[in-house]
Amino acid sequence: MLLQTLLPLAEALPASDPELMVEETNGLEIGQHFYWHLGQLDLHGQIFLSSWILIGALLTIVVVGTRRMERKPGGLQNLLEFLWDYIRNLSREQIGEAAYRDWMPFVGTLFLFIFFCNWGGALVPWRLVRLPSGELGAPTGDINTTVALALLVSLAYFYAGLSRKGLRYFEYYVEPTPIMLPFKIVEDFTKPLSLSFRLFGNIMADELTVSVLVLLLPLFVPLPMMFLGLFTSAIQALIFATLAAYYIGEAVHEEHA
Amino acid sequence: MINWLSLAEAPVPEGGLFDFDATLPLMAIQVVILTFILNKLFFQPVGKVVEEREGFVTTSHKDAKARLAQVQRLEDDLKARLQEARQEAQAVITAAEDEVATLHKAALAEAKASAMKLREEARADIKAQRSAADVVLAEESRRLADLIIQRLVAT
Repeated sequence: MLLQTLLPLAEALPASDPELMVEETNGLEIGQHFYWHLGQLDLHGQIFLSSWILIGALLTIVVVGTRRMERKPGGLQNLLEFLWDYIRNLSREQIGEAAYRDWMPFVGTLFLFIFFCNWGGALVPWRLVRLPSGELGAPTGDINTTVALALLVSLAYFYAGLSRKGLRYFEYYVEPTPIMLPFKIVEDFTKPLSLSFRLFGNIMADELTVSVLVLLLPLFVPLPMMFLGLFTSAIQALIFATLAAYYIGEAVHEEHA
Repeated sequence: MINWLSLAEAPVPEGGLFDFDATLPLMAIQVVILTFILNKLFFQPVGKVVEEREGFVTTSHKDAKARLAQVQRLEDDLKARLQEARQEAQAVITAAEDEVATLHKAALAEAKASAMKLREEARADIKAQRSAADVVLAEESRRLADLIIQRLVAT
């Protein structure tokens, strides 16, 4: 019976024609953006709107939780301290005892921002807000956001290495042997590429899967997929922050030999 | 619904999944700003509280250890004193017992001596009385003998 309901719907889907799929307005909306124009610049408005809402939520939690802090924590302060401890352990493990304090806020912000974006994209009923074009969703489901984050990570580890070791940072490229030089240079390009595409691909694919399932079988079938989405979203935030910390740690690492 | 949406007029770009535009740098700037804000609002204050607490716990732990050591020392001290007191008490008890024994012996000896003396006295007394009685008896028997003789003679 399930198949019987599924088949005509699948046939009705203009899956064979990707052009049409983009044009479809009451079904899937892929690659459509709600453009803002700032002088000559084009902006994806829906990304900024949802990211502002989610940043607002994050800051609200932080402000409310740190308002009256006590030595014996309770309620929201407990949660925030747990997060803080989690981020500290993460950055201390990856960056090392010597430099982790400088980079903990950056790594932590990446983690919290991506986590909020991913979960916000999955949990907030954005569909209730109708935009003239495009739709609100996880800001991390847009390639611009993830590339911006990945480039920040690149800048961060270059800055970390150079500010800590000066020009000696470039010794890293010929260690342990100069044969590594081309690989390490290629790595500088693959790192942001893999970071950004991993995050973008996962979140995008998750949203896509869920919306396709919702379109086909609206009620209970997409639920497991949604839970899986929440799971991968959290994992992706963790992976991004861990890798960022690992790259920074690699850059500030001192060879003791 | 929202007025400023009318900003979005003009030529609408094509769009697509890989549509890079000014969103990228602005999002980067936004995240950098967020980093500074979170550092001020979250990482610094929470870090301060957590590290203060860690310091507090370490100090308390050290304090408690010192106190425990002191308690141990006091306990040892008291134990030693208790031992001493017990020994002293034992010594006092032994001395008292010795004294009692001596007194007992002395009293016993004295009592025996006085009993002996009394007996001697009594014996001497008896002797004296017996000799006195003997004298009286001898006299009496002589008188009786005289009387018997007189009566025999008279008849």
